[in-house]
Amino acid sequence: MADAEEPEKKRRRIEDLTEKMAVDGGHCDISCDWDGRWNHVRKFLERPGPFTHPDFEPSTESLQFLLETCKILVIGAGGLGCELLKNLALSGFRLIHVVDMDTIDVSNLNRQFLFRPKDVGRPKAEVAADFINGRIPGCKVVPHFKKIQDFDESFYRQFHIIVCGLDSVIARRWMNGMLISLLSYEDGILDPSSIIPLIDGGTEGFKGNARVILPGMTACIDCTLELYPPQINFPMCTIASMPRLPEHCIEYARILQWPKEKPFGEISLDGDNPEHIQWVFDKAQERAAEFNITGVTYRLTQGVVKRIIPAVASTNAVIAAACATEVFKIATSAYIPLNNYLVFNDVDGLYTYTFEAERKENCSACSQVPQDLQFPPSAKLQEVLEYLTENASLQMKSPAITTTLEGKNKTLYLQSVKSIEERTRPNLCKTLKELGLSDGQELAVADVTTPQTVLFKLNFTT
Amino acid sequence: TMAATKANKEQKYDRQLRLWGDHGQESLENAHVCLINATATGTEILKNLVLPGIGAFTIVDGHIVSGEDVGNNFFLSKNSIGKSPDKLLDNDPEFFHRFTIVIGVQLPESTCLRLGSVLWSASVPFLVCKTYGLIGYIRLVVQEHTVIESHPDNALEDLRLDQPFSEFTNHIQSYDLENMEKKDHSHTPWIIVVAKYLDKWLSEHNCQAPKTYREKEAFKLFIREGILKNENGVPEDEENFEEAIKNVNTALNPTKIPSAVEDLFNSQQCSNITSQTPSFWVMLRAVKEFVHNEGNGNLPVRGTIPDMIADSQKFINLQNVSAVTYFCPKCSGLCWCVGKNASFLRVVRCRSLAEEYNVDSVNKDEIASCMDNPDSEMVFYLMLRAVDRFYQQHSRYPGVYNYQVEEDISRLKLCVNSLLQEYSLNVNIKDDYIHEFCRYGAAEPHTVAAFLGGSAAQEAIKIISHQFVPFNNTFIYNAMSQTSATLHL
Repeated sequence: MADAEEPEKKRRRIEDLTEKMAVDGGHCDISCDWDGRWNHVRKFLERPGPFTHPDFEPSTESLQFLLETCKILVIGAGGLGCELLKNLALSGFRLIHVVDMDTIDVSNLNRQFLFRPKDVGRPKAEVAADFINGRIPGCKVVPHFKKIQDFDESFYRQFHIIVCGLDSVIARRWMNGMLISLLSYEDGILDPSSIIPLIDGGTEGFKGNARVILPGMTACIDCTLELYPPQINFPMCTIASMPRLPEHCIEYARILQWPKEKPFGEISLDGDNPEHIQWVFDKAQERAAEFNITGVTYRLTQGVVKRIIPAVASTNAVIAAACATEVFKIATSAYIPLNNYLVFNDVDGLYTYTFEAERKENCSACSQVPQDLQFPPSAKLQEVLEYLTENASLQMKSPAITTTLEGKNKTLYLQSVKSIEERTRPNLCKTLKELGLSDGQELAVADVTTPQTVLFKLNFTT
Repeated sequence: TMAATKANKEQKYDRQLRLWGDHGQESLENAHVCLINATATGTEILKNLVLPGIGAFTIVDGHIVSGEDVGNNFFLSKNSIGKSPDKLLDNDPEFFHRFTIVIGVQLPESTCLRLGSVLWSASVPFLVCKTYGLIGYIRLVVQEHTVIESHPDNALEDLRLDQPFSEFTNHIQSYDLENMEKKDHSHTPWIIVVAKYLDKWLSEHNCQAPKTYREKEAFKLFIREGILKNENGVPEDEENFEEAIKNVNTALNPTKIPSAVEDLFNSQQCSNITSQTPSFWVMLRAVKEFVHNEGNGNLPVRGTIPDMIADSQKFINLQNVSAVTYFCPKCSGLCWCVGKNASFLRVVRCRSLAEEYNVDSVNKDEIASCMDNPDSEMVFYLMLRAVDRFYQQHSRYPGVYNYQVEEDISRLKLCVNSLLQEYSLNVNIKDDYIHEFCRYGAAEPHTVAAFLGGSAAQEAIKIISHQFVPFNNTFIYNAMSQTSATLHL
């Protein structure tokens, strides 16, 4: 028994063991694996069992595959991302890339444990990679301080599995669309080797979900768009003339007063700038006083302006753990993966619910079915635009509509480039007939929610 | 400086302060947690308590770090007391009395039961956690845990339309819907619309409020007929009336005290108040007295209304009429907190480990009914108990080394059978599960440890902060199927 040893002998033995472990070292090759390092993982790779995946065969090669070959991409190095990197590294994965466009903020430090106060302002991907590489010998995390949209198919194609810890539905949809665009079909049959599994995790306060997506085979992000609650936007008339809640007063200052009064010149409102928030807070308080509304606080102001979602370490830990378990299962065929959606909630007790989300037959992202647009020829283009943004299954953000007329490519409406927006704005008031569109016309729609344009077919109704 | 530190903490903890408030944060920072065994599971739990700002922690772990430990554990053991919990239980059991909560990880059964007994007597909450292969297990052991702020997800509004309080009745007198300008008519809060039409309905229906489906549909139609019409007789667009119609069903819910709260009123702690009684029960008794006196059979009014279509003044006026102030010179906000949350007060009582393990008090019904489905999560609970038995007999866990896996299956099966026999459990455990548990070889894979790390940490935070409701009393997580269950053992 250890307790019976002399203290000095014991101290030296611990020192010796600690040195051998070299946890602080950062640059080892495979041979830095010490005795027993992967025992916990090995039991699931080298032993047969009654519940394993039908394709599973126990072997010592699976571990080698994880350590030397399997390439994983982690999207996001925030609340979920930090947990995911740790989980993957401690499960045997070594070839990991991480993408995150953000820098570290003080408010991240309550849960994004790879970061310290001294790291505030630095890119999350880089600091996270440094920490993991330094703490887990042999692990080689490659950081990318970039947006996911900065990469194309050739980048994403190199990964065996992609796992997302994003905080935006738009980004998820883009990633989803990218993996769908990588699918190849021969004679209408999907080539399984073109499928890159996507594990997606999301959290909000004490709630979270984890899902497994096999693009082209199982329900994708867009198949279940209705599961994502729409963002709360207060009606303009309430904000402008009939405020009731402190939030209305804050939005008044942000949406109406800021552009009008330009308190700091031509700069747009920056939620991370305390001076900007203070200005909005002061103005909101004035407005609230006018209407006898109580409850405007600095914290509420920040929350509304930045659309802050409350977050704690625990929920992120749970969801990232579930996601990493799925990555492991898929990479090793050790067990049948989650099929396909897990919901978690620990507000009251500990609650999980697992179900199979179904594919949507006419999903605009993954069904390959041409999308139908039904409008009378007298409908204005504005109505089509509203349909694209408001329809629950499409929920586009600022769609750009182009078509081919008389053999030439024509932009009907585009919002994201000011000059083109101004030029094409009059088209919104024109009818589809006036614009020269005919029954069966194909419209190509581009939007931030998808890396590829979505093709729609115009069906004239009477 | 103090102010700078405070500002920095508010920034750092901003995202979680929005969930449990400054007072919740304070309770965390005043807590002292004891972690027994800094395994992967243990350190993951601790990480998720240190990050949100737990005040202090003590680790008790007599083990020497092995190569295997560093393989699944993100942390090195630091500040650990190099004694085993068994030694402390032998020599100084009161050591554990100082902690806000004790979290025991990967404990052998004997240590767990000894510790459970000490902590039960000292009323120190005990959280038992175990990662065993792909199975996670958490057991909460607390005699009585009171919760004022349970923060229910979908609470019904406290409108009292069936028993309007006098200020509200007076307020709606000031509305004359028949003779209002369109602007005012369209911006009257739906609560007032429903209240006015209910008044009319009652006078025309012998004071009988709409109860059946048909009556409620008729009532909705009654309201709809009140929508203003333009000169062509076409109904105007009155969103507030649409809101009223949409909310009729919930608005007509009779005001009543939730049965959970009635149970609390009837409990022994509420009836026998002494100078030792915790403030929760004193407050609850006060609420009970209120109900029987000033409240006329009802809880204190909650005092909040949901947002609804209305012009600012009408909404604010209604809000002020509904708002409640509690004047109490002594309690520093507790009265207000209890009054606002009166419908949501909760008490969680977990059975002791002794009760769970004792042959006379084991919850046979729960075990048997769950095992009607032989693949329910209950089978993992029974396997964990069997594995503990194996450890007691053989001083090791089954299947740790490859050569043991096959041989241990029959040994483990004997343990399963003796367990079932001892507790007279007439259930069947499939051989596959016995095989699987030998296969696990007591592995503690990191991702399963991390799942428990998050779940258990949040339960600990609930215990420390007395906000949100803890589970009761056994949580099983199955990473193979990504399912879980809460068992009452």
